[in-house]
Amino acid sequence: MKIMVAIKRVVDYAVKIRVKPDKTGVETNNVKMSMNPFCEIALEEALRIKESGLASEVVAVSMGPAQCVDTLRTGLAMGADRAIHVETQGNLYPLSVARIIKALVDVEKPGLLILGKQAIDDDCNQTGQMVAGLLNWPQGTFASKVVLDKEKQIATVDREVDGGLETLCLDLPAVITTDLRLNQPRYATLPNIMKAKSKVIKKVTPQELNVQIKSDLEVVQVTEPPKRKAGVIVSSVDELIDKLKNEAHVI
Amino acid sequence: MATRAMLGGFKNRSINFRISSIYRSLSTLVLAEHEGGSINSQSLSAVEAAKSLCEDNSVSMLLAGSGPSLREAAANAASCHPSISQVLVADSDKFAYPLAEPWAKLVHMIQQKSGYSHIIAASGSFGKNILPRAAALLDVSPITDVIEISGSHLFVRPIYAGNALCTVRYTGSEPCMLTIRSTSFPVAPMSADSKSNSAPISQVDLSTFGEDAIGKSRYIKHTSQDSERPDLGNARIVVTGGRGLKSAENFKMVEKLAEKLGAAVGATRAAVDAGFVPNDLQVGQTGKIVAPELYMAFGVSGAIQHLAGMRDSKVIVAVNRDADAPIFQVADYGLVGDLFEVIPELLEKLPEKK
Repeated sequence: MKIMVAIKRVVDYAVKIRVKPDKTGVETNNVKMSMNPFCEIALEEALRIKESGLASEVVAVSMGPAQCVDTLRTGLAMGADRAIHVETQGNLYPLSVARIIKALVDVEKPGLLILGKQAIDDDCNQTGQMVAGLLNWPQGTFASKVVLDKEKQIATVDREVDGGLETLCLDLPAVITTDLRLNQPRYATLPNIMKAKSKVIKKVTPQELNVQIKSDLEVVQVTEPPKRKAGVIVSSVDELIDKLKNEAHVI
Repeated sequence: MATRAMLGGFKNRSINFRISSIYRSLSTLVLAEHEGGSINSQSLSAVEAAKSLCEDNSVSMLLAGSGPSLREAAANAASCHPSISQVLVADSDKFAYPLAEPWAKLVHMIQQKSGYSHIIAASGSFGKNILPRAAALLDVSPITDVIEISGSHLFVRPIYAGNALCTVRYTGSEPCMLTIRSTSFPVAPMSADSKSNSAPISQVDLSTFGEDAIGKSRYIKHTSQDSERPDLGNARIVVTGGRGLKSAENFKMVEKLAEKLGAAVGATRAAVDAGFVPNDLQVGQTGKIVAPELYMAFGVSGAIQHLAGMRDSKVIVAVNRDADAPIFQVADYGLVGDLFEVIPELLEKLPEKK
């Protein structure tokens, strides 16, 4: 069985972002970019499944500008066997990404598709669900545990839901999206980084995949959130209780 | 050149005008969650959001499930919010559990029959799981976690962990599909007289309901964290502990304080990962988003991802040993000190809750 993992290049999670003065978006020039943390977890899970002998190949895919190749290279250094880069320009919304992934699935025929639960830039939390819908595959979103049964061709998934955990059983092929607690992603070692340079990254365009990039959303403006007014530092518990009681009136 | 630009501007405006006049009357489908025969409060926030789309919006609430608890929930839905004009009920074993596959199919089927202008769910784990799948079946782009509705097709949503606000206009075909952040659409307490009007309940005809994707996923079990305390998402006061608590044993102090205040308990990712508390208490970008009247953070440094989940709280209190901790930049009241001394003192000096 082949596993496909979708990877997104985003502004590094530790960077304090800046909104552009013209309100068209967030500054991404000269900002550190990394693999989306949830995508790292997705890739790690795919690699572990392969290492346990339940999968034969891990294919990493990414959509976006030319620099996505760097992110895919990181994925190859972690252990992915090969990569596919779908080069696109401009804004790409989850619906288009889901369509591209579906087209890649139709070509590659993986038995399992793993994605992160959300990208930390657009915070959409949609792509996995949408591609599952387009493929008519079952979905296991917000996964914190995945157990595959090769014999029965099923995946048992623990999901992090409001108020606890939920366990589902999915027939393969299926789509799984990863939550934070699924695993601890590995670091790429130097020898593996060197090895990754000789691995193949295939380049395709949405046209070649027959996918129309449709955009039914328009960003009107991006602004900074309202600033909170400066607070005060109190010196004792008594003062704190007094302020909460008589100034803020919350207790 | 200038004239052309002006003409262009004028043309755009007239197009916008035409678009807005097409959507004269709106009809919204709210996907609702129910438990133990009543509608969950987040779903009521979704009704509140539907109401703010436009004055004469006709709001239908969709419930799915099976058996007597569904009937009870439907009766409850009919009278739980004055803006609900119709309750749709899909009664079948296929909906016994909130699985995305049959639910998305159901939404698709109902939309094709009734042509709603908007479909809304609260952005809890239920809505986030189901709505995008349904949107893909309908071939439209959904919009996640809307915090403000500025027009029937104009929405504000946070991006980059709440460090930027993005205003988006939906320009696609119907339906416009949203999940809304329930803390941004508080439900007004119901007055006694509004309880009397009750919306009609109708059964969804499931005879044409396809079978293909159904059965590919099966529900096994749900492990819930029993808690006597108020629900984290709706609590008036939230007391949160971070890595600074050092152990699950020490975290009990936070729980004790919460009990005294009648508050819900929250945690940072560090506290969850260290095993102090279960993960459904996590507050932040990838956990719960809360906006209580009072948020008290103990031993919380204030990482970007955590602030994303609580920065809209009315009053924020931070207690931390490190005077440079970023949490103090958003706190209304900060106390630099050892939480192992501060919490016991608070426990002793706080007034008993009424």
